[in-house]
Amino acid sequence: MPHTIEKQRHIIDFTLASLLRRRGKNGALFTVYTLIVFILASVMFFTYALKEEAAQVLKGAPEIVVQRSLQGRYAPIPLEYAAKIRGIRGVMAVRPRLWGYYYDSVFLANYTIMTAESIPLPPGSIAIGHGISRMRRAYEGDTISFTGVDGKARNFTIAKILPQESQLLSADLILMNEDEYREFSGLPPGLASDLTLKVRNPKELTTIAEKIVKALPDSRPIIRNEILRTYDALFSWRGGLLIIIMSAAVLAFVIFAWDKASGLSAEEKKEIGILKAVGWETSDILFMKFWEGMTVSLTSFLAGTILAYGHIFFTSAALFAPVLKGWSVLYPVFRLTPFINPGQIATLFFLTVVPYTVTTIIPSWRAATIDPDSVLRS
Amino acid sequence: MTTRYSTRFFTLTGALLLLATLLLIHAGRQRVTDRPLLRKSAELVRILELTDLCLFTEASYTRHLALADLRTPFQEYPLALEHFPSGSLASPPPHLTESHAPHH
Repeated sequence: MPHTIEKQRHIIDFTLASLLRRRGKNGALFTVYTLIVFILASVMFFTYALKEEAAQVLKGAPEIVVQRSLQGRYAPIPLEYAAKIRGIRGVMAVRPRLWGYYYDSVFLANYTIMTAESIPLPPGSIAIGHGISRMRRAYEGDTISFTGVDGKARNFTIAKILPQESQLLSADLILMNEDEYREFSGLPPGLASDLTLKVRNPKELTTIAEKIVKALPDSRPIIRNEILRTYDALFSWRGGLLIIIMSAAVLAFVIFAWDKASGLSAEEKKEIGILKAVGWETSDILFMKFWEGMTVSLTSFLAGTILAYGHIFFTSAALFAPVLKGWSVLYPVFRLTPFINPGQIATLFFLTVVPYTVTTIIPSWRAATIDPDSVLRS
Repeated sequence: MTTRYSTRFFTLTGALLLLATLLLIHAGRQRVTDRPLLRKSAELVRILELTDLCLFTEASYTRHLALADLRTPFQEYPLALEHFPSGSLASPPPHLTESHAPHH
């Protein structure tokens, strides 16, 4: 056993010395390889952590949200609908939600305005999300002005800033009293933005949603499971920008593999020929090539994955931030909880380290089985 | 006497593996630390009856992704004929194509 280990160590010594002789080429290979793993691992860490966080915080979302469409568009829902829905067996409570958007033409930002009975606000006061506070440099006790539906500016006192840690949910929120919201937004009494439902038995959600559509054909129920699935499917590999990142990375690996599998350079063939001529076995050469692939791919994999972890969880995905911000003026600044899926890391390992190592060995096996004399003469 | 290449390689790989393990431990500890914050956020969702994350604020259908609509004319949903970068980044909600509501 010690002899086998010592033999392998000698092969590794030789392999690394050989790799270091071509320092420039192999250094570039290591850098590109690490960069590809870094990008893939960053995307993986970011999307998985975001999905997990969404699943954890959105489990308290309304069981059913009922919207109404009119003229092919979303429209405010009459409160009489609430009474009709309350009559459906299994529905425990129906509550109207009042919410809408506000475009701030000075800061060119969009806010979400909501009413919140559970957060008591004195008249003329509002609560704002941390994102708005940061952008407008407005803090508790300050007065802030918004233009209402009638074109008149209204002043509100900031009674509360929503917690910084909840920016991923509330960065753009403005909470105000119902009366003030109706007056500000122009939503007439008797109408709500949508309705939220509490249901006795969660297993009946789908049945109740079907009954709502049957009773009120212009309504559109969205059940909690659908909300959760929305964020589970967000940033899916099959669509959007991620498919471009994925294709670029896969293409890079195909080029790597092609370069390796398409054959060895004359210099490498000559090296194998000399090694065989001085007494190396075919198995020794295959071991040498195995270690060559392994040293490059394993260190690149580990370095890329570690860098990706730092990028996502220590710098809050600093490189992805410009992409996520898009054209938004107002955006949340958030630190993700490091939820990690071991299965994804294993997949990344098998998609990067294994193919590279295999494609390094195969052409060498072909060269190692040829007579050294003919290799050296060719 | 110079150190053997194999020793250097195993030291480097060992150091990287150790660092990766430390990061895994960090992730575990951070998850425990963040648990109360996540509970607080979940409570905010419950009391304000929120439906969505505030990831993008440039278009209504990416601000409230779960409420995005496939049925309206001009298709306001991610990956439609897109005006905003966020729309090409996020996938449409799966329930848009398998809703309980009949498609008009």
